[in-house]
Amino acid sequence: MATIDIPADMELVYQRPESLTPAHTHYCPGCTHGIIHRLIAEVLDELGLRERTIGIAPVGCSVLAYYYFNFDMAEAAHGRAPAMATGMKRTNPDKVVFTYQGDGDLAAIGTAEIVHSANRGELFTTIFVNNAIYGMTGGQMAPTTLPGQVSTSCPSGRDVELAGFPMHMAELLGGLPGTAYVTRQAVFDVRGIRRTKKALTTAFRAQLAGLGFTMVEVLSTCNTNWHMSVLGALEWAKDKMVGYYPLGDTKVSDAVRAMLEEK
Amino acid sequence: MAKELWEGNAAIAEAAIRAGLEAFYGYPITPQTEVLEHLSHRMIELGRVFLQAESEVASINMVYGAACTGVRVMTSSSSPGISLMQEGLSYIACSEVPAVVCNIMRGGPGLGNVQPAQGDYFQAVKSAGHGDYHMIVLAPSNVQEAIDLMVLAFDLADKYRTIAMLVADGAIGQMMEPAEMPPLRPLRKPEERGEWALTGARGREPNTITSLYLGAENLEVVNLRLQEKLRQIEANEVRWKEYDTEDAELLLVAFGTVGRICQTAVREARAKGVKVGLLRPVTLWPFPSARLAELAGQVQGMLVVEMNAGQMLQDVRLAVEGRCPIEFYGRMGGVIPLPDDILPELHKLEAAVGAG
Ligand SMILES: Cc1ncc(C[n+]2csc(CCOP(=O)(O)OP(=O)(O)O)c2C)c(N)n1
Repeated sequence: MATIDIPADMELVYQRPESLTPAHTHYCPGCTHGIIHRLIAEVLDELGLRERTIGIAPVGCSVLAYYYFNFDMAEAAHGRAPAMATGMKRTNPDKVVFTYQGDGDLAAIGTAEIVHSANRGELFTTIFVNNAIYGMTGGQMAPTTLPGQVSTSCPSGRDVELAGFPMHMAELLGGLPGTAYVTRQAVFDVRGIRRTKKALTTAFRAQLAGLGFTMVEVLSTCNTNWHMSVLGALEWAKDKMVGYYPLGDTKVSDAVRAMLEEK
Repeated sequence: MAKELWEGNAAIAEAAIRAGLEAFYGYPITPQTEVLEHLSHRMIELGRVFLQAESEVASINMVYGAACTGVRVMTSSSSPGISLMQEGLSYIACSEVPAVVCNIMRGGPGLGNVQPAQGDYFQAVKSAGHGDYHMIVLAPSNVQEAIDLMVLAFDLADKYRTIAMLVADGAIGQMMEPAEMPPLRPLRKPEERGEWALTGARGREPNTITSLYLGAENLEVVNLRLQEKLRQIEANEVRWKEYDTEDAELLLVAFGTVGRICQTAVREARAKGVKVGLLRPVTLWPFPSARLAELAGQVQGMLVVEMNAGQMLQDVRLAVEGRCPIEFYGRMGGVIPLPDDILPELHKLEAAVGAG
């Protein structure tokens, strides 16, 4: 952690977590990836896990996450992070392993890998960033794009007759017996950010306790590819996304509940 | 250790264990499934990691993940499953982590059949995944050699931080032969893992394993380094076997099961006075090109025999560069060429080049 000389009459209230590097991110102004990175870093710092963590970056806007996280990381093929994490965690049960994945990565090309990892109860944590669009490739329809939402590959809005319905991954995975803790949160306001942090803490603690697969879905914005202002995107997300993707836990196993009550 | 009767697939699996295999991830497919089945109980008995994956796509990415942490890991499959692994193999090659893959080849293309074949030569040797890379490709022709090469595969993968692939056909996988297992090696200790491995950034700067290099110049530098490594492998690791080549006027070239059948063909032809020898590549990549070029100056013609439409044939031609005539005999679809099929082809070659 950066050491700063603090004048005697001042108190240090905010600084970069040790689990983040000082690098400037490449994310667009207004993108919520930065907030989510910071929350993960804060949680790993608070739980004292930085030196035993291995993260896996996806293919998507967060492909370069290893520049920003200050711990060991690998970069997966598109959608395959859960398989990599399985390979890592099974051979390194003493490590804390997480995947960081977008919606195209997790809910389209990598659906098989995430569903089977969750169902096997793999002891890693997935942070699933759902921004309802393919950000990196320039705003095409994602498996999570809302009905009627415009993208470069559904220019007149998602037609569910043609493209099917958006995927509710938290509900899907929460319904599997191998999962210990699955939740959907949003980082559209301070309250949501605090709740997301709490959810991340629960997920990593459940991983440490070996309780089963854990996932935090985080609703996120993409003002660039949604073609909105930063604030407009946050408003649209609160208004439209949360309506379609209800916030809250879809799975809290008895063991996780007991862990939370114990505290 | 004494010789025991081993089935090829079980022998391959047990040899991997003896070589210090720490984790296996795989998916059932004939004629490879016994590798997975053998490991499913042996690895668990030994307290090591075994997992049946949901697909070969997942298997190879599980291998990739484990390999990033510096453990000895492998997967095995047969032709269609290896096709599914190509994306992962390309990522592993660029990331420079050691991994071992075994392909018990079957008839193709498509679903093909489960008979022995060598139709995946191009896939293995030219590397079917995207981008410029090669795997070390080892081709045994009997069960003992499969055991020995399996152990070598792990050592070479570690030494060069690359992929070593054992390619055998269903005949070797399914046959039973007396063979000797090497002793059980102790497992690598966590502190013996490479400095590059993802082991948690305790008291050191974080390690990153990636195959992403934005910027043309950056990626070219990586490619140049990979190419330099491949040149080293070509310089150090070419392996082949020769039979009766000292006075040979004709040369058979064949690998794997066909190489073994050609040994019989050589014996039978020699009994009839034909001065024929055999070169059997053991590493298909790197290929014994230099030795073939030398032999091209000695013999009057070569006959390449394969269980495909003539894949290794192209590499033989590249090595020989027109120095002598080259004929080809191949069977496909899982048909195994027998000495009785090969001998007439040899006589044709003999007549054409006027040998003897
Ligand atoms: C096999 C493969 N197919 C397609 C791509 C191209 N591609 C890169 S990122 C991406 C979409 C990523 O979208 P998402 O997962 O939603 O993440 P975001 O960029 O929105 O954060 C695609 C299709 C690829 N890299 N690899």
